[in-house]
Amino acid sequence: MHALANPARFLRIARPASSWLLAIGLALALGGMAAGLLLTPPDYLQGETVRILYIHVPSAWLGMAGWAGIAAASVSQLVWRHPLAAVAGRAIAPAGATFAALCLVTGSIWGRPTWGTWWEWDGRLTSMLMLFFLYLGYIALGSAERERGGEGRVTAIFGLVGAINLPIIHYSVLWWRTLHQGQSIGVTGSSIDNALLWPLPLTMFGFTCLFAAAVLMRMRAALAEAKIEARQRRMTQP
Amino acid sequence: MKPKNQRLVLVAAAAAAVLAAVLLAMWGLRDQASYFYTPADVAAGKAEEGRAVRLGGMVESGSVRRQPDGVTIRFSVTDGQARTPVTYRGIVPDLFREGSGAVAEGRVVKGTFVADTILAKHDERYMPPELGNLAAERKAGKTLQR
Repeated sequence: MHALANPARFLRIARPASSWLLAIGLALALGGMAAGLLLTPPDYLQGETVRILYIHVPSAWLGMAGWAGIAAASVSQLVWRHPLAAVAGRAIAPAGATFAALCLVTGSIWGRPTWGTWWEWDGRLTSMLMLFFLYLGYIALGSAERERGGEGRVTAIFGLVGAINLPIIHYSVLWWRTLHQGQSIGVTGSSIDNALLWPLPLTMFGFTCLFAAAVLMRMRAALAEAKIEARQRRMTQP
Repeated sequence: MKPKNQRLVLVAAAAAAVLAAVLLAMWGLRDQASYFYTPADVAAGKAEEGRAVRLGGMVESGSVRRQPDGVTIRFSVTDGQARTPVTYRGIVPDLFREGSGAVAEGRVVKGTFVADTILAKHDERYMPPELGNLAAERKAGKTLQR
């Protein structure tokens, strides 16, 4: 990680990486979604509605993975004062919030025909909504601290403390009785039949690449902006 | 100790403290945060008579009876330990079926659960219709010999 502490070196890698990730991500996500829409059979119980899975599951994963990234950036900022950590955290937040929102929306659309309700305050749904609100809080705190010219240390602490929600989301279906079903994919295997499962890794990996591309692009934009600000400051000073 | 290591220890200690606090809180919430009562809870009297609660469990196979008025159904919900009779007037979700999970919102009246809303709860298995029908047939012991 410290090899990337130099922004110039980071940019040399990030520039080609973001275009590659974008291209691979688009191809995999579009291919996986088309396969999930056209090639897989419907579910024995839910029928065609099960196809929401191919967007809902990657969204949930990225909503949570985004905050895990924020937490990692927070630690590396608080402990090692990595110069890019705050930039990374602020770059991840809107992307993670988008996927958390997408997860909530697709879940709601899925819940109506299967469970018979748009929304219920069960453990899984409530903790996921909390994650979305945490993202909004992080974004607001991050931009407020940046406007005041702070290093973003308070934001980093918030990012670290907020990570406690991740195990709560994950274990909510085990700890409490919930309306949401238990997890389908674990380390020992999957309770989704292979005929329905195979496009899921494509959309998972594809959306993850798109997420990473968006984060890298936002980081590059933030670094370019900082450069402009620094140059303007130098020009106004005699 | 170098300041970097000091910060590392500080962050690790703070994270451990927060984690412990939240785990304790979750442990305390365990019963309150559950989304529904089970028939065993109802049998044990945990769901007070007349108070709005949710009841969840499996719809017992062969228990669904449609009443003569056409809109009221009666069935029993079981969790393997106890069973609670449920009555409901209205339309049930598509996924509501015998041998599958359901959550009912309502109240206990004289040992019967009077539901205002019925939600279907499905499990974490997904499979194509052929396999699903096979599993259902096998479960019912009705697999036809060719």
